[in-house]
Amino acid sequence: MSSSNMSWSLTDVRFRHPGAARDAINNVTLATHAGCITALLGPNGAGKSTLLQLMLGVLPVSSGDIRFGNRPIAAWTRTALAREVGVVPQGEAEPLFTVREMVAMGRYPFLGRWQRERESDATAIAAAMRRCSVDEFADRRLATLSGGERQRVRLARALAQEPSVLVLDEPTTSLDIRHEMIAFELLRSLRDDGVTVVLVTHNLNLAARYADDLVLLHRGEVVARGQPTSVITTETISRVYDWPVAVELNADGAPQVVPQAFVGAST
Amino acid sequence: MESTSAGAIALPARTRVHYGMPVSMRLLALAVILALALVAAIRLGAVSLSTTALLDAVTGRGDASTVAIVRQLRMPRALQAALVGAALAVSGATFQALLRNALAEPYILGVSSGAAFGAVATVVTGWSMRSVWALPAAAFAGAIGSMLLVFRIAFSVGRALDARVLLLAGVVVSSFLVALIWLVLTFADTESVRSAIFWMMGSHAGASWRSVSILATCLVPSLAVLFALARPLNLLAVGESTAAYLGTNVERTKLIAFAVATLLAAVSVAVSGTIGFVGLVVPHAMRLLWGSDNRALLPCAALAGGAFLVGADTLSRTLAGANELPIGVVTALIGVPCFVWLLRRPAAL
Repeated sequence: MSSSNMSWSLTDVRFRHPGAARDAINNVTLATHAGCITALLGPNGAGKSTLLQLMLGVLPVSSGDIRFGNRPIAAWTRTALAREVGVVPQGEAEPLFTVREMVAMGRYPFLGRWQRERESDATAIAAAMRRCSVDEFADRRLATLSGGERQRVRLARALAQEPSVLVLDEPTTSLDIRHEMIAFELLRSLRDDGVTVVLVTHNLNLAARYADDLVLLHRGEVVARGQPTSVITTETISRVYDWPVAVELNADGAPQVVPQAFVGAST
Repeated sequence: MESTSAGAIALPARTRVHYGMPVSMRLLALAVILALALVAAIRLGAVSLSTTALLDAVTGRGDASTVAIVRQLRMPRALQAALVGAALAVSGATFQALLRNALAEPYILGVSSGAAFGAVATVVTGWSMRSVWALPAAAFAGAIGSMLLVFRIAFSVGRALDARVLLLAGVVVSSFLVALIWLVLTFADTESVRSAIFWMMGSHAGASWRSVSILATCLVPSLAVLFALARPLNLLAVGESTAAYLGTNVERTKLIAFAVATLLAAVSVAVSGTIGFVGLVVPHAMRLLWGSDNRALLPCAALAGGAFLVGADTLSRTLAGANELPIGVVTALIGVPCFVWLLRRPAAL
């Protein structure tokens, strides 16, 4: 799974939605590190998902340069990119597919138009379902699963791609504590196996505990990046989120954000 | 990481899907049903034939009038119904995947009203009397014209092809053409109005070997293109960004699939008028039986759509004695209860 040069490098990236008054992404320069968990953080509308779409080549940059694996992102075909990068997007429709059929879609980039599933595909599908603990309901239809189970099916589909890089857009939104922790533990174990992980999340505390590298976006700009202790500070988080917070260190030394009751004007 | 949760155990057995038979057996079963429907369609009618009489007629050994009925009337008619049913069902299945909308059907991009406008124009101007091909040609031109107009509107709204905009453009163009049709018919004579309305209700009475061969020529390559797109269609049914992330060229796939599915509907409408519910109900029935995987769904829908329409056409010829019921009435009378039943099913399936 591991492929060390599969990481992003962004230089002076700008993006403006057609007809918008200001840049959604403003002058972002950024490099992701292979074999790390990188978390993109920021308030609603900061440009996290937009940045992800630019990195994945589904939105074109207005100016600047995005390279993945030392090649311009625009030079990648969708199939070639899908063989390296597994994506867990937000919001999908739910046609009448079984769990196995859904996970098997992770093998589509590796199969010719008329080609049948090979032994190696079946092995990858089974391994991905096992790793995400969805193998026990392989024959059930998606609509009969809970939200947490469905999210694990999407993750299993991305793992069936045997990707060197895994990208997740708010993977734990709407999950309860248990399922959120299960998801973050899984990301850590994937990282330990050499998979590069890039995720967008609103959970600052779990990002601080599990990610190696944090990128804090605000109004389309990177306002802080680096190790959790340097990004998650009382001053930065209060200012960016426009709400007073206190930051404490937990037993592992990871900073934990505690939002304060509102008292008058924020900083 | 999660042991069997209580919810998983408590779920009723039917939420577990065991498709029962492999794809090849499903296709074989549906092919047998289609073959039986075709045989029944050729045997039944004002003159019903025994199996031996049927075989004699097909091989040209029976009496001349029976041979003519079978070879010139019933065989092309049954085959046309099968081809149109297959085209409409595959077209509907494709639109439902592309639009991620259960209510999508083959005429959604204004094909039927475009074709109807073309047909009404030839009837009212009297051109339909000059050549048997004037009406189907005008209907086809109307269908393609309205499709191009719908695409033109959809593309002028945004850079990419937005399914919702396309859907709305289809509805608006349809309404406009229907208004034009009624405007024209307001000033037409009674006989023109009568034949226009009859055409709009759909019929296979005009079937000939030539219409069958035109249909087959369009249907075979179109089906091949859509079958080749089965995997990308599966992905598009889940979501457009998901499809892109799993290696699909989304815009190109959508454009090809929309165009081919609309072409299938346009050719069908041109030879047999607007026949409702085949394109809506047949793909849904196949999906509820065997799931959304288009690699199996598209060929199954083609065979089942063919069998359904051959059956409906046979009923339309035989139910009311000497009178022929419009086939659109038969498919709707069967299709509407089916559709209500579909809507009332638990959404969880």
